[in-house]
Amino acid sequence: MSKAKNTQSPASDIKRYNFTGKRKIFYIISSALIALSILVTFLGVDVAIEFRGGTMITYSFTGDVNSNEVQSKVQEITNSTVNVQQGDLFQSDKKKLSISFVSNEGFTAEKQSELTTALQELYADNELEILDSTDVAASSGRNFFVKCIVAVAFSSVILILYIAFRFKRISGWSSGICAVIALIHDVIVTYGFFVIIGFQINSNFIAVVLTILGCSINNTIVVYDRIRENKKLMPVADINDLVNISTTQSMSRSFRTTITTIATMIIISVVAYIYGVTSILSFSVPIIIGMTIGTYSSLCLAPCLWISLQAKNKKAQKA
Amino acid sequence: MKKIKKPVFFIVFLLILGFSYTAIFGVKYQYGDVAKTYIKDISDIRLGIDIQGGVDVTFTPADGVDATDEQLDAVKEVMKVRLASLGITDSNVYVDSNNDHVIVRFPWQSSESDFDPEAAVKELGGTAMLTFREGQETTVDENGETVPSGEIILNGEDIANASAGYQQEETGEVIYVVSLKLNPSGTEKFSEATGRLYTENGVISIWMDNTLISAPTVNAHITNGEAIISGSFETYEDAEALANKINSGSLPFSLTTSSFSTISPTLGSGALDAMMLGGLISLGFIAVYMIVLYRLPGFVAVIGLIGQITATFAVVSGYFSFMNSSTLTIPGIAGIILSVGMGVDANIITGERIKEELRSGKKLNTALEAGYKRAFSAIFDGNLTVILIAIILMGAFGVPDSLFAKMLNIVFRWFGTTTEGTIYSFGFTLMVGAILNFLMGVLASKLMLGSLSKFGVFKNRKLYGGLSK
Repeated sequence: MSKAKNTQSPASDIKRYNFTGKRKIFYIISSALIALSILVTFLGVDVAIEFRGGTMITYSFTGDVNSNEVQSKVQEITNSTVNVQQGDLFQSDKKKLSISFVSNEGFTAEKQSELTTALQELYADNELEILDSTDVAASSGRNFFVKCIVAVAFSSVILILYIAFRFKRISGWSSGICAVIALIHDVIVTYGFFVIIGFQINSNFIAVVLTILGCSINNTIVVYDRIRENKKLMPVADINDLVNISTTQSMSRSFRTTITTIATMIIISVVAYIYGVTSILSFSVPIIIGMTIGTYSSLCLAPCLWISLQAKNKKAQKA
Repeated sequence: MKKIKKPVFFIVFLLILGFSYTAIFGVKYQYGDVAKTYIKDISDIRLGIDIQGGVDVTFTPADGVDATDEQLDAVKEVMKVRLASLGITDSNVYVDSNNDHVIVRFPWQSSESDFDPEAAVKELGGTAMLTFREGQETTVDENGETVPSGEIILNGEDIANASAGYQQEETGEVIYVVSLKLNPSGTEKFSEATGRLYTENGVISIWMDNTLISAPTVNAHITNGEAIISGSFETYEDAEALANKINSGSLPFSLTTSSFSTISPTLGSGALDAMMLGGLISLGFIAVYMIVLYRLPGFVAVIGLIGQITATFAVVSGYFSFMNSSTLTIPGIAGIILSVGMGVDANIITGERIKEELRSGKKLNTALEAGYKRAFSAIFDGNLTVILIAIILMGAFGVPDSLFAKMLNIVFRWFGTTTEGTIYSFGFTLMVGAILNFLMGVLASKLMLGSLSKFGVFKNRKLYGGLSK
């Protein structure tokens, strides 16, 4: 990034990078990311049975089991399309058999017993044992999804109100709205990453989204805080200068903080992978991406949007 | 900062150290076989079903029955008693009256080989409707099931108490029985029925739901309100199980499992180990990183972070007697990691500010003071927004009876109850961690650094990231 020419500024000796001058580039990058994230939806999203209603059963076993055979056996009992996956448990020498299928009426305890018995009969020598069993009815899946949307919407409202109140000095309402736009941007791009990488949209996804919301809002607020402070120190400074100085001053902190969380997530991902606990990976890996996006949006997107909104407001006032 | 004296560092340091020690190892007293726990240690943390393994069942009334709130509350009570009589005391039963959901959760370990969760769930959802009927006629209902059709003489509500026992037959054989003590209304009805059927040489059949337990011929007019069920109990435990079932009361309708999950500890304990190991390595990394980047403020930050982490565990384990222990799940651990990230952030913001102030030529003490002061507004707003989000999470996904769920009921009640213990756990540890940031990341670190800066050896500006003069 090139240094901006610092002329006519009351604080001309303060170091700054020209963020605001590149805002069109940021808008193009962000729009492209959002468009891509939305487009991949049409390639097919692996929505977990949590949101669709269905059953997921995991068995542990030894020796060899034929996935196709299991599939036809389970399909025979459940009358629905069954997905069978196998894996290795790093913790023990046993293997893992994961069966998931969409079942609209839910899977009763009786049916589950029937299925377990049938599979154990089929593989009498494989020490087939039930490891995990999840059953989600369609209605509760829909409830959960609705609840998530409501929780995100409600959080957004509360955040805008809070920022509007705390950042009155730097036109709180536009600050709040820009912060939330940046958040939604982060969430959509994180979602796109989930879809592209092939992770299931499950409750881990929701936890990731909420984590990203928390981290991203914190990042944005630290930048806003700097703008708020500099506005007080340099009341007559040009608005672009103000934003560029503040963002530049926040950069070192943003990078250093992001690095610690990303490093933590990388360490946890590696350990989880070695332990074979892949359920953690679909949490830790997207957080790494989300954190990166969140840092970008808090430094580049939110302050630039704020500038654009300010400029628009000024125009409207003049007219 | 000037007011902070030299000994303050050692006081704060020892407080954090002592607190961390007790939070990790607890305070226990052992005298012979008598063990008394004063402070719970880290291993006393109640692990969620995702770590310890357990069972999570959601029941809904069968056949689309629209249950009233009173009925659901009755179900809740019956469930609690049933779980307790199954030997499960650590259980949660929640009712969702909007969607007629009854959510039952209890930790369960696969090592409990004498306990079958599938059977337990089946038992929990049964109506356990005890009936005494005239004759033993049955009919076939619309579902093709054989159901008793004789006129009901008594049902579960007429029984005051049931107990298991044994009786010696005339042949000398000992059989197991359940003796019932009827309440006044039951006594009256039973007396009327036995008096009438005795003369007719009639039969009274005893049913648990649709299962015939016994069908004795009435051979006496029973007026004392006592009845004996001498069905086909093979063991004393069989008789006791029936007595418990009767005592727990019946459900107003039968329940079907709309969601049933068992979570095995094999999967969970692996996840716990992975998170613990990953967390420890990360903590080591963060410690080195902070000390390399910020030197003395970094060192102080690490002490504060250790305090923050152990305090979060303490809140979860129930260290503080005024707080109930909470359940720790994997996303809860993730919440801890994230709040630690926020704690690191608070220290980085402060460290950067101190550096800036020092480089602008301020004196050490003035720079420290200004650094903390200027960093605070960012830390305050950042952590408070995260606390707000955590509260919304807990309100949205907490159990219906919890504080935040009640608080936010006005927003979320229109959308039914979707208790997601994992997301609640995440919100809970995130909130606790964010609150602790103020205590450890701001207050404790300020006290320790202010105190250390009074020592001659720590006067060097380089130790705070300043340029040497």
